[in-house]
Amino acid sequence: MNRITVIALNTFRETLRDKILYNLVFFGLLLIGSSILLSTLTIGEQVKIIEDIGLASINLFGVIIAIFVGIGLVSKEIEKRTIFTIIAKPVPRYLFLLGKYSGLALTLLVNVGIMAAGFFLTILVSKAGLHLALLKAIGLIFMELLVITAVAVMFSTFTTPTLSATFTLAIYVIGHLTDDLKVLGAKMGESLTKTILDGLYYLLPNLDYFNVKGQAVHGLPIEPSYLVSAATYGIAYSTMLLILACLIFQRRDFK
Amino acid sequence: MKPLRIAGLTKEFRLGLGRQRVVALDRLDLEVEPGEIFGFLGHNGAGKTTTIKLLLGLLFPTAGRAWILERPIEEVAVKQHVGFLPESPYFYEYLTAEEFLTFYGQLFGLGGQSLAKKIDELLAMVSLADARHLPLRKFSKGMLQRIGLAQALVNDPQVVILDEPMSGLDPIGRRDVRDIILHLKDEGKTIFFSTHILPDVEMICDRVGILVKGQLRAVGAVHELVGTTAVTSVEILVERLAEVGIRKAEELGGKVVRRGDQVLIKLDDEHKVDQVLDLIRRHAGRLVSLVPHKRSLEDLFLKETAEVGRT
Repeated sequence: MNRITVIALNTFRETLRDKILYNLVFFGLLLIGSSILLSTLTIGEQVKIIEDIGLASINLFGVIIAIFVGIGLVSKEIEKRTIFTIIAKPVPRYLFLLGKYSGLALTLLVNVGIMAAGFFLTILVSKAGLHLALLKAIGLIFMELLVITAVAVMFSTFTTPTLSATFTLAIYVIGHLTDDLKVLGAKMGESLTKTILDGLYYLLPNLDYFNVKGQAVHGLPIEPSYLVSAATYGIAYSTMLLILACLIFQRRDFK
Repeated sequence: MKPLRIAGLTKEFRLGLGRQRVVALDRLDLEVEPGEIFGFLGHNGAGKTTTIKLLLGLLFPTAGRAWILERPIEEVAVKQHVGFLPESPYFYEYLTAEEFLTFYGQLFGLGGQSLAKKIDELLAMVSLADARHLPLRKFSKGMLQRIGLAQALVNDPQVVILDEPMSGLDPIGRRDVRDIILHLKDEGKTIFFSTHILPDVEMICDRVGILVKGQLRAVGAVHELVGTTAVTSVEILVERLAEVGIRKAEELGGKVVRRGDQVLIKLDDEHKVDQVLDLIRRHAGRLVSLVPHKRSLEDLFLKETAEVGRT
């Protein structure tokens, strides 16, 4: 077994033995299931409510897991000094980081899978029809989680768990508002502020790119080309973040 | 082939907002011979852990170089032959002892039957065979230290580096760790360990180095450093010694402490022992005990650290 796989599987095992994760998934499933109750409050739009709440729950709990479990995984190793014994083994530092990231991606995949299964079950129970668009939406939610995890891993290579969580949460919120940065910049005319806003627009992840929940719920078409470009963007952005994280991690002192 | 060679190794830290420079390790030169147990002595904060972290690539040196098995420490592959136990180790507490050792074995590229056999051996060696399926979070401190040692040996290393392997352990735990270290020496491994517990060092080390405030103050075999025969003081305990005798003993340069009808005479010069014994005979005293004190590693250690303290 190669070393990334060893570290990834150990990371996956760590998250599986973490009670917080089960609580999050449990509440995610509870929220998805409760959409049946909420949908009875509306007339005619039951299916949309169920789908809307379901996708939103998968997204929300996915993000919480990505941020909090993700940050814990790297910063906790540094804080608890378990990383000392790993670095002292013939394992290059970047392999450690990539292993951690892969393990977390696996955890997220399994969790999103479980929540998606709960979601589809809810839809079947409420006698609405399953459609492919929902799967596409969930796929892009997973892509968004991969980007957020990369942000979390990048921050936790050089700062404390609390700060990493705060920064990642901030990036998540701003990431959904980057279009507004561009609009705001356009209204500024040629100025330094415009340059800065434009710079931020290109620098920060455009997380709204991964949001097709609305289209999926309302039956609007989601083109395969859009999926491909969003996935390419997500993978490229995560790769850049991980390269940056590795560069920082490679030179850092573990006091 | 030298298992460990350090040349001019220096580490500076920049602390606080003023980025004040602190020299944690100052131009360390050191060589460790094959198959020896080398004790690295120093107070807390002397730079022992910094040295070890530099050797293992946890910290990057400000200046200087080091080689393990004649290969520069920057080569990650050299760690294939190194075992390391960090100070007060924290391990993955959600793993069981067996899973834990398997994980570390796999990091060395080991696996299958040979790894399973190695793990059996190691668990037996550190007396944790019964705790094989117990998660580490239920381990006592002594057990954690022992599983930590097992983890350091999973790759059958040629060089074993241990940071404070005996700190925080009870006497039995310390004896266990000592026995394991001696066992490793018998297997032909080189052991480099840091400590501030002197009796352990005197008992098992072939050579020691004393580190004070980031500087190496003395290196050598324990008996070379402390001397084999040099007696530094003699304590003589006497009963019912007449007052005249006590006064004369004081005149000879002895420090006198009275305890009821017993008198303790402490002499810094061993050549005056005979004169004091004469006094005791002449003044009707009865000799209870005579204890010569040799220079111990502790004295040496205190002397070295005190000298730096003054400068």
